Amino acid sequence: MSIRAVLIWAGLATAIAVPIAIAATSPLLAYRGPVYIAAGFAGIIAMALVLVQPLLAGGSLPGLPTRPGRRVHRWIGALLVAMVVAHVAGLWLTSAPDVIDALLFDSPTPFSAWGVVAMWAIFATALLAALRGRLRIAPRVWRLGHTTLAVVIVIGSVVHALLIEGAMGNVSKVVLCVLVVAAMAKVLVVLRPWALLTRQRQGVRSD
Amino acid sequence: MTQHHATRRDFISASTAVAGVTFVTGTAGLLVPASAQNLAPTPTMRGGANNYLAGAPVVNRIGGGGFMMSGTVRRAGDGAPLSGIRIQIWAHTTEGYESDRHSHGATLTGADGTFRLEMPQIVPAFGQAHAHLAYDGGPFKTVFLRPLMASSKDKSLSANFVLEPA
Repeated sequence: MSIRAVLIWAGLATAIAVPIAIAATSPLLAYRGPVYIAAGFAGIIAMALVLVQPLLAGGSLPGLPTRPGRRVHRWIGALLVAMVVAHVAGLWLTSAPDVIDALLFDSPTPFSAWGVVAMWAIFATALLAALRGRLRIAPRVWRLGHTTLAVVIVIGSVVHALLIEGAMGNVSKVVLCVLVVAAMAKVLVVLRPWALLTRQRQGVRSD
Repeated sequence: MTQHHATRRDFISASTAVAGVTFVTGTAGLLVPASAQNLAPTPTMRGGANNYLAGAPVVNRIGGGGFMMSGTVRRAGDGAPLSGIRIQIWAHTTEGYESDRHSHGATLTGADGTFRLEMPQIVPAFGQAHAHLAYDGGPFKTVFLRPLMASSKDKSLSANFVLEPA
């Protein structure tokens, strides 16, 4: 393994481990029961998985080129769905009226709607991924649709996390969010999902 | 929140107008300035009624205390202070969840329309440090408030009610 590979993997491990470790020492945990604590950590882990996903899709992780990376990407995607379900279910058990308000887009907290939109985008992504073969979605259409949903997931999750006062440390939360956006931006540049659109336009312009 | 701030602004402008009287009475929102002739009732805030448990007992203090919840209750229209009004208060605190019965308590307004109730320190829950207050079950229309703390380190919070007849 090259130095570069070690640094990338160590950097990713740090980016994920540090926010989780800081959240684990949050004084707020003393005033929360196990279900509420687990719901919070499911959300933090989900955010970490949102960082990993574009790196896997773009083949950015050493030792995991695109093809095997995509296989891991699918498993991580399933895990992400599970984490979001655990997050919402745990919060529901902690305070159902607050979660109902959020799901109905009637919450007083501005971050709820961003999280709920990201949640639906994650569910839609998983559903489309599961039905991709059966629906015979063309690769270019798939790439455009999937990355569009991914951008919604990233923006929704990041805004959701940044506006919350919770167990995560503020600095480590901002760093994780910046990395999530950067990873998404990198994979967009690499995969150029808008190729479908530009090709059509190029056809019209015939250049 | 908007209403809460507006009420405070109303008070500040009113107290500036009659600063001398304010100095003597020394308490917020007690004056009945001419500008309050059309004082609008406080609307219920979104999420204000979440985890409400009707009939919280009137107590001297919720749990071990350490945090001061206070405010005023006035009548819509003329802004007259309302005494003997029962205000119920609950929050996620160092001592329990909003849904825990022991997190709930009530207090009565004094002759000057103010209320104060000591309670445990409020901690951020569901992403925001906030309290819940209710006026419910009496001659006025029910109002639920959900004021936010400017900082979760704050040791006090205030919320004001303007009630209209039911």
